[in-house]
Amino acid sequence: MKKGDSIAFFVLIFLIILLPVLSGSTYTLTVGIFSGINALVAIGLCILMGYAGQVSLGQAGFYGIGAYVSSVLSLHIGLPIVISTIFAMIVAAIAAVILSVPALRLKGHYLAVATLGFGEIIYIILNEWGPGGPSGFGDIPHFSLLGYTVDSTTGYFYLIWGLVAAVMFFSINLIHSRTGRALRAIHESELACNAMGLNVVALKIKVFILSAVYASLAGSLYAHYVTFISPSSFSLFYSILVLMMVIVGGITNLWGAIIGAVVITVLPELLRRFEELDVLVYGLILTLSLMFFKKGLVPILIEKIKKLRGFAVAKH
Amino acid sequence: MLTVFLQFLFSGLTVGAVYALVGIGFNITYNATSIINLAQGEFVVIGGLMMWFFSESLKLPFLVSVAFTIVTAGIVGLFMERLTIKPLKNPDLLLMIMITIAVSIVLRGLLMLSFGKNPYVYPSFTEGEPVSIYGAIIQQQTLWVIGITGFCIIVLFFFFKKTITGKAMLACAVNPTAAQLVGINVSKMVMVSFVLSAIVGAIGGIAITPISLMEYDKGPMLAVKGFCAAIMGGLGSNRGAVLGGFLIGILESMTAGYIHSGLKDAVALIILLLILFFKPAGIFVSKTMLQLRKF
Amino acid sequence: MLSIKEISKSFGGLTALRQISFDVKKGDIKALIGPNGAGKTTLLNIVSGIYQPDNGEVIFLGEKIVHLAPTKIARKGISRTFQHVELFGNMTVIENIMVGRHAKTKSGFFSSGFKLPFVMKEEREIQRKSEEILEYINLGHRKDEYASNLPIGEQRILEIGRALATEPRLVLLDEPAAGLNMRETRNLGEIIKKIREELKITIVLVEHDMDLVMRISDSVTVLNFGEVIADGTPLEVQKNPEVIVAYLGDEEDIPRGYNAHT
Repeated sequence: MKKGDSIAFFVLIFLIILLPVLSGSTYTLTVGIFSGINALVAIGLCILMGYAGQVSLGQAGFYGIGAYVSSVLSLHIGLPIVISTIFAMIVAAIAAVILSVPALRLKGHYLAVATLGFGEIIYIILNEWGPGGPSGFGDIPHFSLLGYTVDSTTGYFYLIWGLVAAVMFFSINLIHSRTGRALRAIHESELACNAMGLNVVALKIKVFILSAVYASLAGSLYAHYVTFISPSSFSLFYSILVLMMVIVGGITNLWGAIIGAVVITVLPELLRRFEELDVLVYGLILTLSLMFFKKGLVPILIEKIKKLRGFAVAKH
Repeated sequence: MLTVFLQFLFSGLTVGAVYALVGIGFNITYNATSIINLAQGEFVVIGGLMMWFFSESLKLPFLVSVAFTIVTAGIVGLFMERLTIKPLKNPDLLLMIMITIAVSIVLRGLLMLSFGKNPYVYPSFTEGEPVSIYGAIIQQQTLWVIGITGFCIIVLFFFFKKTITGKAMLACAVNPTAAQLVGINVSKMVMVSFVLSAIVGAIGGIAITPISLMEYDKGPMLAVKGFCAAIMGGLGSNRGAVLGGFLIGILESMTAGYIHSGLKDAVALIILLLILFFKPAGIFVSKTMLQLRKF
Repeated sequence: MLSIKEISKSFGGLTALRQISFDVKKGDIKALIGPNGAGKTTLLNIVSGIYQPDNGEVIFLGEKIVHLAPTKIARKGISRTFQHVELFGNMTVIENIMVGRHAKTKSGFFSSGFKLPFVMKEEREIQRKSEEILEYINLGHRKDEYASNLPIGEQRILEIGRALATEPRLVLLDEPAAGLNMRETRNLGEIIKKIREELKITIVLVEHDMDLVMRISDSVTVLNFGEVIADGTPLEVQKNPEVIVAYLGDEEDIPRGYNAHT
């Protein structure tokens, strides 16, 4: 891990431990939990788009698979939650393979619309054949591990952000490795990658699977946390929301995914006071931030810090 | 049998016509700028709701209302381009697409504020008995929708083939730098493309509202369907978008009629995926054309 | 080492290559020359698997490789550079070389994510080896710069370095001197010779700079309108009347550097 990443990682752990202690309010923690769930999906999409250069508008599909498969398995078959969550990840991975083998030959808009189509098909399947149809179903068991059930808000906060930290650790290692370099290289020139003997197709499929598995994990956590799910949470709107998080945070930096997830999750909460105006204000803030912070929040922040450091060095 | 089939066919053609217009809207901006404007669906909503406002709320005569609605949509397109697209020099295409999504949220917010969340409707353009073909009942408005779509297609065809502005816009699509060199004002063409696509969308909205009602949040679904139509026919090809739009519309209505209404979107999407996987250039565009596209 | 046997290729009715045959001997620097549009790059693209020929065979170390994907061919030991530089522009110079090490290393998604001990060891090895290659091609001082920020001459050499990182047995160089000034071209020639002599790597070179070609190559094949019109040592080829006609027949089309030697 590079120095900047290590510092950011410690800050993250510090905040995770401290937030529930400093702010006991259930509301704050709840918003925090949703931010964490979204961050998991966003991290996967960030690796897929920002690093490997593949677009996806279908992350909601994998998110939905995670939620539904894990819920149904734990509720109706009585599988332990950990097992059902892992099973859901496997299903999402298989779906990712089925989608990516034909889809990854496509590029740009075409790949975007193919993944969008996949997400919508999952959404329709959930609506038509999911338990409870469009109105969804409840009574999903809470998350439990080795006989200990997580049912407090604080418990979920630690569980979910603990997983965010773990996923982040894994992802940072990955992108700074041989595989991560190869992914970035694919983004730059597939022609050259082929000539270097990289198996471009296999790498693309793997990174797609990775993003699907993250999204599935997030979906499972979501379902076991809220204990009631319906298809509307897994529509195209969610895919676009995640895309927005990644871009607002800064697509070229993994930390951007977390920051973006928090910002986009918290923003509508802050805008509640505008009541009827909230959609309009939300749209305006998005438009302006996309226009004026093109690179995304985290890369801009890093530039600022580097500049400040430059001044500091110059003074000495 | 035939009666039912025809009934489904015509309802498919009606929605298909609107998808085709949205698809053409996508093409117009895509051809001039390589941007996919996902606020395209909102233009249709603006068309329907503003038409209601002018004709029902202000009680203006029909043609005046149509003219005002088109002008309003054109102004929205103009503002969108000047305020959000133009200021960004040399932007990333993905970022551009996200900005159009953000703008669509702004437009939706504005529409919700002005019109609330209720659906709106106004009477058909002409009153009179529905037409009956082999027992299938066809509302006169259906014929209007299909006719207006056809009219738009023909006008656009002549615009791009015969007028200087149209040809200049196509030139920008093929090679903006070269177009600039031969003295075409590329920036102006981009603006015109946004205005034009907004107008085309609004016309679709004006025509379809008497049949399917209009509400503030119909935009995204229309955009997705129109985008599918454009992709299906091969992005950039208006002929393709028209056929793609009608194909999706008919497939939807046949699925809803013969199989199950909940599956209508799924069938269209599955067909779309199959086309993408086996003929990614779209049905009507050659592979060489695709290779020329940068994105 | 490499045999091209009766390769033909046409693009939509336009014949690019007609019944091309020649051999490349192990350890040779083989130059492929000819006027623009003679089909040189097309031939390189066929050898590296980017194009499929209409018929004919490419035999590398006794094995038919025509139907293999570019990746497979690269893993057999054929690496290449591109006429239009295909570096990973937003990655640093050293990272470009490190990607070249990909096929020779193996840590995967899981082991990398969990940072297993063998991954760390392999990563250090990749780093060490890549730095070594950078020093070898005299780009050590550019290590942490973005590849797109290098001048074209250094970009072309970096591309060769990246090809070397795959430990190839045969390197295909597509116009490595294009856009280079005289000093850069001389430096390039030195590096190519050094690679052949010290690393024992066979080289196929497509090049317009006759000065460079005549100076470093052991054997030259001349293509014109998709056909081989001459094949031999630089000296033989220079004297070949057909070659002279091909180059000098149209006096407007005399390639740079050629006159200096004839």
